Amino acid sequence: MASRTPFYILVSILFLAGTALTLHRHIAFDIPWFPGEQRQTWSIEAKVDFEANGDPVTATLAIPNTQPGFTQLNQQTASPGYGLSFLERNGVHYAEWSIREATGSQSLYYKVDMLVDPFAIPPKLEPPTTTKPNVEKEPYASAAKMILDRATERSSSNYTLARELIYEINNQQQTAELLAQIKPKNIWITELLRDAGVPVRRIHALSLEDGRRRQPLIEYIQVYDGNEYEIFNPATGEQGQPKDLLLWQYHSSPLLEVVGATNAQVTFSMISQEQPFNIALNQKFADNDWLNFSLYTLPLEEQAIFKGILLIPVGVLIVVLMRILVGIKTSGTFMPVLIAMAFIQTSLLTGLIGFLLIVGVGLMIRSYLSYLNLLLVARISAVIIMVIGMIAIFSIVAYKFGLTEGMKITFFPMIILAWTIERMSILWEEEGAKEVMIQGGGSLLVAILAYLAMNLDWVRHLTFNFMGIQLILMSLTLVAGSYTGYRLLELKRFKPLTKVDNS
Amino acid sequence: MSKTTEKMNWFQSLRERYARPRSLHNIGVLGMNRRNVSYISRYNPRRLFPLVDDKLQTKELALDAGVKVPALLGVIREQHAVKNLAAILEQCHGGFCIKPAHGSGGKGILVITRQSEEGYRRSNGQYATIGDLERHVSNILAGLFSLGGRTDAAIIEALIHFDDCFNGFSYEGVPDTRVIVFRGFPVMAMMRLSTSVSNGKANLHQGAVGVGLDIGNGRALRAVQFDKPILLHPDTGLNMMSLKVPHWEEVLNLAVSCYEMSGLGYLGTDIVLDKYEGPMLLELNARPGLTIQIANGKGLLPRLQQIEKLGHKKRMSIADRVAYAREHFSDNH
Repeated sequence: MASRTPFYILVSILFLAGTALTLHRHIAFDIPWFPGEQRQTWSIEAKVDFEANGDPVTATLAIPNTQPGFTQLNQQTASPGYGLSFLERNGVHYAEWSIREATGSQSLYYKVDMLVDPFAIPPKLEPPTTTKPNVEKEPYASAAKMILDRATERSSSNYTLARELIYEINNQQQTAELLAQIKPKNIWITELLRDAGVPVRRIHALSLEDGRRRQPLIEYIQVYDGNEYEIFNPATGEQGQPKDLLLWQYHSSPLLEVVGATNAQVTFSMISQEQPFNIALNQKFADNDWLNFSLYTLPLEEQAIFKGILLIPVGVLIVVLMRILVGIKTSGTFMPVLIAMAFIQTSLLTGLIGFLLIVGVGLMIRSYLSYLNLLLVARISAVIIMVIGMIAIFSIVAYKFGLTEGMKITFFPMIILAWTIERMSILWEEEGAKEVMIQGGGSLLVAILAYLAMNLDWVRHLTFNFMGIQLILMSLTLVAGSYTGYRLLELKRFKPLTKVDNS
Repeated sequence: MSKTTEKMNWFQSLRERYARPRSLHNIGVLGMNRRNVSYISRYNPRRLFPLVDDKLQTKELALDAGVKVPALLGVIREQHAVKNLAAILEQCHGGFCIKPAHGSGGKGILVITRQSEEGYRRSNGQYATIGDLERHVSNILAGLFSLGGRTDAAIIEALIHFDDCFNGFSYEGVPDTRVIVFRGFPVMAMMRLSTSVSNGKANLHQGAVGVGLDIGNGRALRAVQFDKPILLHPDTGLNMMSLKVPHWEEVLNLAVSCYEMSGLGYLGTDIVLDKYEGPMLLELNARPGLTIQIANGKGLLPRLQQIEKLGHKKRMSIADRVAYAREHFSDNH
């Protein structure tokens, strides 16, 4: 028998290296063990895309500044070959890129770090001027007037007027549709408010959600009362700034201006980072330290992807432990991890219901497919198409019933679902429903456990911030792989053997 | 007070249902992890697995080595050849059996006991049409029953005529004898008998009866169904303890010669007794299950370790190894 010593040395090296790396990051970079002890910062990346056609191009992007709730830490841009300057015009900040000649599709990046800061001291904002808008032609003018009058009757101040007006436009379906024929709703709201002498402007804000990519800006309405202002959501009439809402463009000026190119658009990626307060301010993450295997040096979009990827080893370890130590049967070795990843996107209850619905209905339809006498590949493909169809139907039904949660069913990996249905169906035919329950239940149990582990804030924090944890997980997996003891369920299975000797 | 008793009861029921690891260890029960790490991966070289996972290769190997196997009637490897099935079947009068070359756990085996105008009579008494058989074959070819879903070949084999001595012990299905051969020594044996509960299948967890056999003489030691000891066959009411496998020496010799021919150190051999031909090798298994311990009421470990202690000092012939096993692993000593 080969000596096990090299194996144990390897495992110890992995474990010690992992621990050392982790400790080093804790001590040298002051990254705390728990996610709560920190300040949250948001890194937001704006990506400006446009098609250049050989002319000189100037792109101007309005950029956010310190504002109530957020302090701006630092900003960077990535735009090879472009001249760049940060400008300020009438209190508005811009990033301006320029180039003499550019052709083809161009991408410019602007990244800003905003610290979540309840004590931010924003620069003073000028209220917008209240120039009377032009008079509209009939019948729009009187329809708008009617709505404004009704809102004015029920209001007492600028804020209440704005609220009532949004409420009125959202409720008077027919009038709103009529008005929408010439101008979007939000423009009507601002113009009507301005008409009533209220200083108001449309602003663009970003709803902050960790790891989101290609997010658009959302329009809000900013209403002044003297020097104070309030934010209104034109869709719901809700007053006040939601907690995770960052105002991106909040001056009466355009968001993006591109001269000399076409098809300009801007999208946003964002990621939440947990950093100790001092680091959040100093941005100490230097790239020149080779021991600093920090993912914070990657572009934001990749960081968001890695946040998910680095959790997979945790789920995999759970599967390994459940199979080797407990002996739970799962259908498909790592199917539970993939299901758990989907649960993270959907939330547990929605995910469970969705999973059971799809697999349950899928099994029913699949039992019909077995009568059709199809070749395996074609049958699986049919199951995949069926799963996609079911997902579409469930999403539409859920949406019709106002269950937006139901839409999240699309996060399930469809190929995996199809294979699960196929395997379960064969298992059902060959071994009966009981075995299906055992393996299906086992898979779900492991998936839920993996989900619970992967969804812990603490686990997310550790895996993302400490690369050393991966080495520790690796060593644990290796140790589990050489475990030769009994599995928990074997203690039950072989229980009859312990009685033999006594009888 | 009542809470403590409740807690005690809960604890007690747990102890009743679960064995302590130490007591299993004392009996020498081999667990799944230990089987995989200490026996399968150590004694079964990976490159030899295809020999036993592919029943066609096993058959060729067995024929070369002079080990008796059921006659091969035909092989279907391609989907377009499925239409030849009827022609192949016409040539074989009487019963046959269709199985996947890479099947596992008895999956995908279709047994036809005889052909008549009504169609093909299956072992459970139902009749199948040629269309049913063709569908089964194309399922096999598509890899429905094979490990990992790879495309597969379908084997058509002559039916085995069971020895009459098992009449009444098996309800439908094939009564087969599983012998675990470790480094050329037969270490433990059991017989698997299908029941009405198991639907004619010989899988123990589906309700087939497992009968532990004395390595010394092939007599029944103990019978279990669903891991519980039983005395009478649940369908026929025969006393299981009266079961004795005939030609026991031959069965063991056949099992042991599989070690030579396959080179696998930890091997499960499935052997059937044909009325006319005697013991025949049905298939080999490089990952034999652990239920044999429950059927025998004994752990495998002491026997395995005894053989490991023998080391490679002297080369023993097949007959010597069988004799050694019959002497040391019998309950009658």
